[in-house]
Amino acid sequence: MKGFAVTAQMERLKISNVSLTYPGLHSNEAVVALRGVNLTIESGEFIVALGASGCGKTTLLNLLAGFMSPTEGEITLGDKRVEGPGADRGVVFQKHALLPWLNVIDNTEFGLKLQGVPKAQRRERAVRNLALVGLQDFHNHMIYHLSGGMQQRVGVARALTCDPAMLLMDEPMAALDALTRESIQELLLRVWEHTHKMFFFITHSVEEALFLGSRLIVMSPRPGRITHTYELDFNRRFLAEGNARAIKSSPDFIQMRETVLGIIYGDELQVSQELAHA
Amino acid sequence: MPRARPVRAGRVYGAPGEGYSGHISLITALILIGLWFLVTEAGWVKPLFLPSPVAVYNKFVVAWTDGVANSTLWEHTWASLKRVFGAFLLACVTAIPIGIMMGVSRIARGLFDPIIEFYRPLPPLAYLPLVIIWLGIGEFPKIFLIYLAIFAPMAIAARAGVKSVSIEQIHAAYAMGGTRGQIIRHVIVKAALPEIFTGMRIGIGVGWTTLVAAEMIAADRGLGFMVLNSAQFLDSAAVVMGIIVIGLFAFAFDLVVRYMERVMIPWKGKV
Repeated sequence: MKGFAVTAQMERLKISNVSLTYPGLHSNEAVVALRGVNLTIESGEFIVALGASGCGKTTLLNLLAGFMSPTEGEITLGDKRVEGPGADRGVVFQKHALLPWLNVIDNTEFGLKLQGVPKAQRRERAVRNLALVGLQDFHNHMIYHLSGGMQQRVGVARALTCDPAMLLMDEPMAALDALTRESIQELLLRVWEHTHKMFFFITHSVEEALFLGSRLIVMSPRPGRITHTYELDFNRRFLAEGNARAIKSSPDFIQMRETVLGIIYGDELQVSQELAHA
Repeated sequence: MPRARPVRAGRVYGAPGEGYSGHISLITALILIGLWFLVTEAGWVKPLFLPSPVAVYNKFVVAWTDGVANSTLWEHTWASLKRVFGAFLLACVTAIPIGIMMGVSRIARGLFDPIIEFYRPLPPLAYLPLVIIWLGIGEFPKIFLIYLAIFAPMAIAARAGVKSVSIEQIHAAYAMGGTRGQIIRHVIVKAALPEIFTGMRIGIGVGWTTLVAAEMIAADRGLGFMVLNSAQFLDSAAVVMGIIVIGLFAFAFDLVVRYMERVMIPWKGKV
């Protein structure tokens, strides 16, 4: 059996000069979703992608997951080129995408079932990961009886159970209320610390991005590209001190938040002006 | 204009059509039966046009014991049940897989779509002569005619059911190492089950409506045959009795399928 976190620590994800153009009906209608993106993610990094609508952050996640292929450039994980979806990259979706005919534990071990892992072994790993997201008492609940926050926690446990090198999350908290959001942010950081996997997380929320990320990439639209990168340590401070509100209201956090907001609003303003003139 | 009534405690304001309606349906049925008694017993309608409930009941007893149209009622019923359920089972094992294939494969869709869409709106009576010419007058052409009528709605429902799976559910399964075949079996077919059940309900209903047409093919037994045969002898009581028996069986089976649906697909409408 593969080690739980050992294999993951060896990996590195490399995005080399990646562009993606959506073909339109005519050549002049083609949309450049991403142009010339370069990014290297080391094992144990928590990358957060932030940007205005249309900046290509979901496209980038889809490329990493292998749901799309870049029109230029390449993505490698370890020494393997990413050419399609695979169990080495787990995905948590904005809407949970769980299977309603299965209960919580069967959903969690579903990936291992697809991979043909024996029942006892997959159950053991599912139990462990459900405990990690705090759902040890909900094994036999049906998905549609859970709250939105619990559904997303099952989604995280399900992705972790396949022991991917990387966890991709596409605004998994966008539909959750503010209180649930905060508690799941804290939970995610604890899971990240425990598993030490690469996390790639997309969000609209600047505060969420700053709190979660060890590296923040700010993306800009037209064409979608990475414009700013920040190294952050608010997540480490939270894991050491445990007081999320104190960190989120600290002067350096607020200063950082205003800086990033300034960039994002600049982009939003530019887009709306372009639309007004179009 | 009357003002809208204030909402009752514990109810949502403005949601139309909420609440239990079974008792109203029961009253409707009782009133209809009462009217039936009234117009026949009072002699307002000739028994040829509408036999009295008592006459129909007496015909039922006669049919059960001595038989009408050369067989007892149970023999007629059993002959028809075999045909309808034979056709239904045949449609289940063919129409559902084909519908799912049409949903997941461009080639299967291109292959079957023109066939199904062309014959689906045709009335079975229109192609009945062809079925007789091709397959003769035995038991199989009767089942085949019903089968054709059931096949189209069931295949279309299964195909539509495939569309009820979300792309995220498919992507999630691929990202957990699933193969295309596994995803069809473990994700798409399961997600399509609610619509497949709806297709089965529609299909079995269509099956009963095609029964009389099927039993026009040189049958000597069956509820449809019994109705047709009695009509030729102007035996209205037997016609009405046959209609009621067909209706009761169709309704009972629909209840069974609805119950199975509740047990087997508890997640329906909750996602």
